[in-house]
Amino acid sequence: MGNLLSDQGYRLDGRKASELRKVQARMGVFAQADGSAYLEQGNTKALAVVYGPHEIRGSRSWIRHDRAVINCQYSMATFSTAERKRRPHGDRKSTEMSLHLKQTFEAAVMTQLYPRSQIDIYVKILQSDGGNYSVCVNAATLAVIDAGIPMRDYVCACSVGFVDETPLADLCYAEESGGVSSLALALLPRGGQIALLQMDARLHQDHLDALIEAAMTACKGVGKVLDEVVRLHLKEVSVLTGE
Amino acid sequence: MLKSKTFVKKTRAGGVMKIVREHYLRDDIWCGSEICAECKQESAVLQTDASIESDLCSYPHYVIPDTNVVLHQIDVLEDPVIRNVIILQTVLQEVRHRSAPVYKRLKDIIHEQEKHFYTFTNEHHRETFIEREPGESANDSNDRAIRVAAKWYSQHLKKAESEADGLKVVLLTNDQGNKQKAEESGLLVYRFEEYIKSLLGNPELVDRLALSNDDKHDITSSKVLFPEHLHLSRIQAGIKSGTFLQGTFRASRDNYLEATVFVQGEGEDSTEVLIQGLQNLNRAVYQDLVAVQLLPRSQWVAPSSVVLQDEGAAKDDNEEDKEEEDEEKSLRISAAAEAARKPTGQIVGIIKRNWRPFCGMLNLSQIKESTRHLFTPADRRIPRIRIETRQASTLAGQRIMVAIDGWPKHSRYPNGHFVRSLGNAGDKETEQEVLLLEHDIPHQAFSQAVLSFLPKMPWAITPEDMGRREDLRLLTVCSVDPPGCTDIDDALHCRELDNGNLEVGVHIADVSHFIRPGNAMDKEAASRGTTVYLCGKRIDMVPELLSSNLCSLRSNVERLAFSCIWEMNHKAEIIKTRFTKSVIKSKASLTYAEAQMMIDDSTKNDDITKSLRGLNKLAKVLKRKRIEKGALTLSSLEVRFHIDSETHDPIDLQTKELMETNSMVEEFMLLANISVARKIYDEFPDCAMLRKHPAPPPSNYDILLKAAKSKDVEIHTDSAKALADSLDVARVDGFPYFNTLLRILATRCMMQAVYFCSGMDSDFHHYGLASAIYTHFTSPIRRYADIIVHRLLAVAIAADSTYPDLMDKQKQSALSINLNYRHKMSQYAQRASVAFHTQLFFKSRGILNEEGFVLFVRKNAIIVLIPKFGLEGTVFFDAKDKAGPNLHFDEEGPTLKVEQHTFHIFDMVKVTISLDASNIQHQKIRMSLIEPVISGVSVPAPDVEPLAKKPKLDR
Repeated sequence: MGNLLSDQGYRLDGRKASELRKVQARMGVFAQADGSAYLEQGNTKALAVVYGPHEIRGSRSWIRHDRAVINCQYSMATFSTAERKRRPHGDRKSTEMSLHLKQTFEAAVMTQLYPRSQIDIYVKILQSDGGNYSVCVNAATLAVIDAGIPMRDYVCACSVGFVDETPLADLCYAEESGGVSSLALALLPRGGQIALLQMDARLHQDHLDALIEAAMTACKGVGKVLDEVVRLHLKEVSVLTGE
Repeated sequence: MLKSKTFVKKTRAGGVMKIVREHYLRDDIWCGSEICAECKQESAVLQTDASIESDLCSYPHYVIPDTNVVLHQIDVLEDPVIRNVIILQTVLQEVRHRSAPVYKRLKDIIHEQEKHFYTFTNEHHRETFIEREPGESANDSNDRAIRVAAKWYSQHLKKAESEADGLKVVLLTNDQGNKQKAEESGLLVYRFEEYIKSLLGNPELVDRLALSNDDKHDITSSKVLFPEHLHLSRIQAGIKSGTFLQGTFRASRDNYLEATVFVQGEGEDSTEVLIQGLQNLNRAVYQDLVAVQLLPRSQWVAPSSVVLQDEGAAKDDNEEDKEEEDEEKSLRISAAAEAARKPTGQIVGIIKRNWRPFCGMLNLSQIKESTRHLFTPADRRIPRIRIETRQASTLAGQRIMVAIDGWPKHSRYPNGHFVRSLGNAGDKETEQEVLLLEHDIPHQAFSQAVLSFLPKMPWAITPEDMGRREDLRLLTVCSVDPPGCTDIDDALHCRELDNGNLEVGVHIADVSHFIRPGNAMDKEAASRGTTVYLCGKRIDMVPELLSSNLCSLRSNVERLAFSCIWEMNHKAEIIKTRFTKSVIKSKASLTYAEAQMMIDDSTKNDDITKSLRGLNKLAKVLKRKRIEKGALTLSSLEVRFHIDSETHDPIDLQTKELMETNSMVEEFMLLANISVARKIYDEFPDCAMLRKHPAPPPSNYDILLKAAKSKDVEIHTDSAKALADSLDVARVDGFPYFNTLLRILATRCMMQAVYFCSGMDSDFHHYGLASAIYTHFTSPIRRYADIIVHRLLAVAIAADSTYPDLMDKQKQSALSINLNYRHKMSQYAQRASVAFHTQLFFKSRGILNEEGFVLFVRKNAIIVLIPKFGLEGTVFFDAKDKAGPNLHFDEEGPTLKVEQHTFHIFDMVKVTISLDASNIQHQKIRMSLIEPVISGVSVPAPDVEPLAKKPKLDR
């Protein structure tokens, strides 16, 4: 493991332990879709598109009579990583990621309002520099809001790693690949409910609480940025429509 | 606050890859100076009053060294005089990549508050960040970054300057180009040597300057003595293709023109390559990682048996050369005669130097006023080092430390610089320091960081602690230790239960309560590994407050303990075992002798005595059982010095006496260790810290078997039990000491016992104790392994929580390697300390005549053991300067025939013992033969010793 955190408290890219990367986002980037958003978190860039709610397409066995079904598809552009990717989607990792996104949004979207219908969320990573899951969740949240689908709260996600007894928020690729134990957490910030918690590294139990605590703080930070983006977007839209 | 800036980097990973990383620039990185009002720093590191008396800089100033200055001159930077230094991030990172040891030392300095070293994160500061320009090399870019940062500092401080004290920044660099550019941009810049030489009042710092390459012309002699080392890339290619071999260089102790390179092969097989002659040795120093090229088979030679020491004084280089050629020739001739040739090679390059500062002494140059002198290290495997110093006359006769700076190809000796003086040679403190340094024993005072984790005094047991622990304060617990022991880590009790059984408890100081995993104190203790006991001095593993007070189970105070409590019947069979954290209050701290007296005194009948008697009775049963199972009782002579309380000189020598109570305490400690080992292995089969003692390979016993056979005694070595039994019956009439001698020899045949992690090994057997499993639990104050075992046991009984490293078998394994190393070194140091004190003792005694036994027979000498002093010495039969007697060595006996007399193992001889102080660096005990009388070999018995004194000694 390299020197991920210097004695002066700076990380490889100059951030402090709890600082996020710069988050920039735009909503409504596509006219075609019901909702869309583009989000950059540092050098990780993602595009999210939402269709629905609409009738179930495909097998009728999917139908749920009490709620809407959420269908997620995650993919990475072939040019998103340093080495060119062969399969943009459909591999094991993407399938797993799709499933995680589905679980996250089933927890956040008020699906009971749309029985017997389906909501499609497509997310594509255009450039990858760590924290792919979190960036996808954040982009998709904006897209769902753009589509006007009611949610319990924003879903904000952030990854956190553990180095030298210190939690590092929002890992970049260099940090992720440095052998750090990391976890990804999706949070509904207002109520503090956890929509998804995912970790496949080894971490001692004693540190878990501190790590989750740091992740929640980071998610709340992301939430604030998303909220600003949404408000700004609304302002722009209302100016355009002359209200 | 965040400014994002991306930059592009190319790395190689198969092909060329473009890597984009973010690089945030910040406005909140402070300058770290007390004077600055602009920066909102919490605690400033750099002082306002940063003055050091200097010819060059008469004003207060901060110093910014560049990377090469830090790398080469760390010895000077470590001096307390050098303060208020700004270490740039660029410098820190470059140092980290180029030298791990220097990086560690630099970090230690930065952490030291009195040094006022400040790390400035210049690469993330908005105003000091620079981008690498196209065509600019990494080095140039770093140099520019350093200049930009220095410039920023000088302007920043000018702004902050409220009063007129004119605080300035001085850049130190040895690079000509860098210096020139810095001057052009209006910076204050000096060469490091210039700056250090300008410091008034600290002339000794100049000696510590490393000789940089620029100074080469100083020592140039036109002749190139050594072949050029190959470049690293060529070495790597050669190793890959198999033309070169990579290995560790091991110089010979006896012959400075000979060495071996130990090449670690795949798996078990490893080879040794012989290197002979200065040219082939090619400037390699002991422990370096080198590349060797094998010579053609026709040039292979056999290792010579000649002892050669590099004795040439600091004469003219040319003169030396001639001498050496002669020596080399003699070496070759002697080697060529032999048939047993070995793979021989020459060193073509150095992969990694493994230089450390060496202890030794100065040989004064014969030319007066010369500032260049040769330094002779105490370790004979290290070549002599040429250093430059102006204080040679003061340093002569002192033990000093010297670091090697480099070894140019036209220099006979490596160049180095003086690091520090340890004191006068022969002084007890100095010798002790040398001993500690040479055995790599960490012995500095504990740092503030470590001490900060000590509990606050006055300390008392809190109600929470009490609640979580078993209250055993009412039990009649007592401790039995050697006299003068202040770190008491074990105490015992024994009482009769209502059901007629006995309850026995072993209570061990609960050190792991005070030393929490991962903090500075824990790390320090883990690195020290063990407390080292030297004669008259103890180097603690944990700070004294713990070792001699809070953890020490002294009498009549409440102490935290970790208890192992058994229920036993009167046949010493364990019915129940339990472990608990507890609070105890020892009723008495006894010495072995006191405890023995209480047991023997039939008039005494108090609780403590009863408890002791119960323990003693059980211990005897336990011991018998253990011996029946095949445990070995070996013997080694241990001596105690009676040390004068004022001068601390040894005034008398005594072999340690063993009492029943010694073995009583030992039995219960063994029992506790075995019980704990079982428990932690059951609970953590993967990561239990255990101790094993491998059975020695049969060939180890050869010497023992031969020795016994010479007295017609048969020894069986098929198993530990057979060995123990045959040792027990080995007796020779009229030779009462024979059995002890045999046991001493048997001890020498044994392997080292080692710590290991249960998940990494399958053989757990402890040969000497004949136990299937064993660990160390009973001395956590002085051994780190015990602390780990305590932690494991605490987790096993749910008294404490675990932490990641405890469960990680790789880390455990790495830790046990360090512990084994420290343990070994501490034993060597202990022996060396005894040897030194023995010398002191004989120095004060003059010449003595003593009886001894032949322990080993060698080709040209016999090794004699003097039981009275536990002293071993060698009687040589061949002298350097005169023709030796007629020697005939028979390996089968082994016997040595000297003229008419034949020496066997265990022969009794009489020798004179005196101190040979002719070589002040290596004083040694000299023994010469008195009886049997061999003309031309033995010496007449000197009667220097006044008879009146003798009885005193025997007492």
